[in-house]
Amino acid sequence: MMQALPAAATAPILEVRDLRTHFFMRAGVVPAVDGVSFGVAPGEVLGLVGESGSGKTVTGFSVMRLVEPPGRIVGGKILFRGRDLAQLSERAMRDLRGNRIAMVFQDPMTTLNPVLRIDTQLIEAVRAHGRTSRRAARARAVEAMAMVGIPQPEERLSAYPHQFSGGMRQRIAIAIALLHRPELIIADEPTTALDVTIQAQILAEVQRLAREHGTALLWITHDLSVVAGLADRVAVMYAGRIVESGAVDRVLDHPRHPYTSGLIESVPSRNRRGARLRQIPGMTPNLLALPRGCAFRTRCPHAADACAAEPRLTETAPGQMVRCFYPERVTAA
Amino acid sequence: MSLAEPPLLELCGVSRLFARRQDMIGRLAARAGLVAAPQAVRAVDGVDLQVRRGEVLGLVGESGCGKSTLGRMAAGLLSPTRGRVLYRGADFAAMPAGAARRARLTVQMIFQDPYASLNPRLRVAEIVGEAPRVHGLIDGDEQAYVDAQLRRAGLDPGYKRRYPHQFSGGQRQRIGIARALAVRPEFLVCDEAVAALDVSIQAQIINLFMELRDQLGLTYLFISHDLGVVEHLSDRVAIMYLGRIVEAAAVEQVFGRPNHPYTQALLAEVPRLETRRRRFTAIAGELPSPLHPPAGCHFHPRCPHAMPRCRAEAPVLREIAPGHRSACHLNDRA
Amino acid sequence: MSAALAATADDEAPFRRFARRFADSKLALLGLALLTLILLAALLGPSLAPQNPYDLAQLDIMDGRLPPGSRMGAGFTAWLGSDDQGRDMLSGILYGLRISLGVGIASAAAAGLIGTALGLLVAWRGGWVAGAIMRLVDLQLSFPAFLVALMVLALLGRGVLNVVLALVLVEWSYCARTARSAALAERRREYIEAAEGLALSTRRILFRHLLPNCLPPLIVIGTMQVARAIALEATLSFLGLGVPVTEPSLGLLIASGYQYMLSGQYWMSVYPGIALLLAILGINLVGDQLRDVLNPRTGT
Repeated sequence: MMQALPAAATAPILEVRDLRTHFFMRAGVVPAVDGVSFGVAPGEVLGLVGESGSGKTVTGFSVMRLVEPPGRIVGGKILFRGRDLAQLSERAMRDLRGNRIAMVFQDPMTTLNPVLRIDTQLIEAVRAHGRTSRRAARARAVEAMAMVGIPQPEERLSAYPHQFSGGMRQRIAIAIALLHRPELIIADEPTTALDVTIQAQILAEVQRLAREHGTALLWITHDLSVVAGLADRVAVMYAGRIVESGAVDRVLDHPRHPYTSGLIESVPSRNRRGARLRQIPGMTPNLLALPRGCAFRTRCPHAADACAAEPRLTETAPGQMVRCFYPERVTAA
Repeated sequence: MSLAEPPLLELCGVSRLFARRQDMIGRLAARAGLVAAPQAVRAVDGVDLQVRRGEVLGLVGESGCGKSTLGRMAAGLLSPTRGRVLYRGADFAAMPAGAARRARLTVQMIFQDPYASLNPRLRVAEIVGEAPRVHGLIDGDEQAYVDAQLRRAGLDPGYKRRYPHQFSGGQRQRIGIARALAVRPEFLVCDEAVAALDVSIQAQIINLFMELRDQLGLTYLFISHDLGVVEHLSDRVAIMYLGRIVEAAAVEQVFGRPNHPYTQALLAEVPRLETRRRRFTAIAGELPSPLHPPAGCHFHPRCPHAMPRCRAEAPVLREIAPGHRSACHLNDRA
Repeated sequence: MSAALAATADDEAPFRRFARRFADSKLALLGLALLTLILLAALLGPSLAPQNPYDLAQLDIMDGRLPPGSRMGAGFTAWLGSDDQGRDMLSGILYGLRISLGVGIASAAAAGLIGTALGLLVAWRGGWVAGAIMRLVDLQLSFPAFLVALMVLALLGRGVLNVVLALVLVEWSYCARTARSAALAERRREYIEAAEGLALSTRRILFRHLLPNCLPPLIVIGTMQVARAIALEATLSFLGLGVPVTEPSLGLLIASGYQYMLSGQYWMSVYPGIALLLAILGINLVGDQLRDVLNPRTGT
């Protein structure tokens, strides 16, 4: 059932409609992504926020068609420039990956092969799409390293991944992602494992590059503060669904879903120093045993009988969508 | 909590070096001059720190700064290469084995990784009950004691016959807390205890720490890289950079009037919920490797105010205002 | 605020989970069935065998080299034929299994105990003693197992106990090395640090915390070592260096019957050979699945 999407200023480069990715486990079917719809316009940064079990990572993987058994995309459309990625052949998908759509992972060692030198990996990535001579490929590699701010790229190319620090490795991973000037980059918690000062550097790089090349960015994270600084729009996920989405200012200043407001209120800086933090009771949802109706029901301070039915996404303000029966009960933080 | 009372925990000139242990051949070769001797990593470099009874001292720093190593020395899990660790004025290293063991129980550690910090082969009841039983701390029924500890950490005692893998990350962390509390400690060292948890669970565990502090009068050394959490929880804060403490003061002073350039940069770069679509400007340079720390002040390669003196001479941690210490040559100018 | 939290849906006790994962492989279940069959045959051997092949009084040379299915002088049918001494092959195999399995399991168990104890100690203590012991292990492992066993048996002479001793001497080093690497990896983990922080005694930490978590790789190589020991013993006996002639193991049976192969009296070598094959196959199949299941990355 298609939900009305908030109107984007320009035609979105990525449009996900009612995506469903389920995992078929021995214990049952896990609806990791269960009816997710959003769009990202060129040059825009969309933050996808959630905790464990929210489905944000699986969403990113689904768009890249990297979901492996026992997981499978079971429904919905992933429209990239109008083409439905969910229906594409693996070969066609390989053409797009690393070329028009790129992904940066949390652990740079997932992207980088520890037994190969950096130049080998970069050159390989360059030559994977389009015929390039080794010399030209190497030149591109040097250029990419310089672009992400790695000092003395010529010399450092012959090094191995373990000879770089975590921050450098992540930058190299970003350089690989940018090699073919993709139109969309999906970043899955790329700065979570990094220190604050290095994180700031990476965010600065990414921001600059997105602005310069007009790349659309889908930034997956659990950290609302990073999203606050980086994103134009944000979508909050819970138990496989988007529960709130809209412009960053609106959602963070005037959240309308109890989960979003709960997350914002539990951040220490939003609480009086030394006082008990306002916390969301209960545990992150067990996707095998979701409550009927609204998945957040068991932890929600405003839950009522009506919540036994499944709420739909409704537009509470221009561009702001909320999946809740009682959005008016959430007072601004 | 009077100022005249001696500190509960005191680290005096504590340093910890890690050297790669060489086998016999390697040592011979080094002696003969064939191979260079392995370098030592100076994880902690001449640290002086005090924690008063009942307070929460937040220890902040990035990876490689040595805060975990410092925490382990405070908890007695590692011994310092130089300097002394004093608990209630007594040095653990100087005590006879039996007394040292018992004294160890008063300082307990809560670990970062909820998955690695529990023995996967033991049931929760045994994990929590083993140590108090072995040390004779339980009078009465052991199971009732274990139940009480679990309840205090916010867990349902009905699940104590389960194994760690059957619990979520937040629950495992609570089990770890119950295990620590079961030996009746006075001092808890929390080493990134909430870093691996989901945001909504973090708040629960932080609240638990605060409740336990009120209920049991505990003292904390709270190690974290998350400035927001540290600001919320701590009474005083110490900032570490590459093995040295660069600034230490009451929390309002560190966060309100940071003195050291590193502290200032750190605070400026932390993403905040309020700042929207900011232009991230970062301090240049990588975190130096502890194997090759810069000479003089460790921070000078990245410091916007570096002077020639900073390269030559390491600044001393001095008091620049009542209760506010900082290690920076800029303070000498005034 | 109530904080009584329910546990996740994963409610199984570790052993049930392990058994379920093990049963995932049909091949492994086949191996387990095979193994059980063989163990039962060995245990119940004396009751099942129509004849005690070690009792010289029961043997009649006139019954020698009879093809499978013939009637023996004592009145029973030799389903698998008889060897040149007049021994019923079936009885010989059943008794031989006892020897082979007994030697294999005993030596693997003893080697496992010694090797694990030393490996754990080495990992925990470190220092020059550790270095010395590990150099000894390296030295031992650089010799082919067969050669070491040969040398030991040459010194001690034939006999079941001597064979066990020789095998233990060969195998302890492999166990020690595996135990050491497993212990080194586990030793750094935070639950061991926590145990130290709780001021538990070294003995308690080693046995209650470290050892149980080092068991998975040890169990796997334990099963493989049983198979190896059985094969090694068979080889030694085949060459006439292992168990005495009066108490033949499978290897010796194969050896004695070998000379008659070309004249068409295959049953004297082939049937013991098949029994040996099945035993080792069963152990390997089980060991393979154990390895997959107990591997921390893919299994429990």
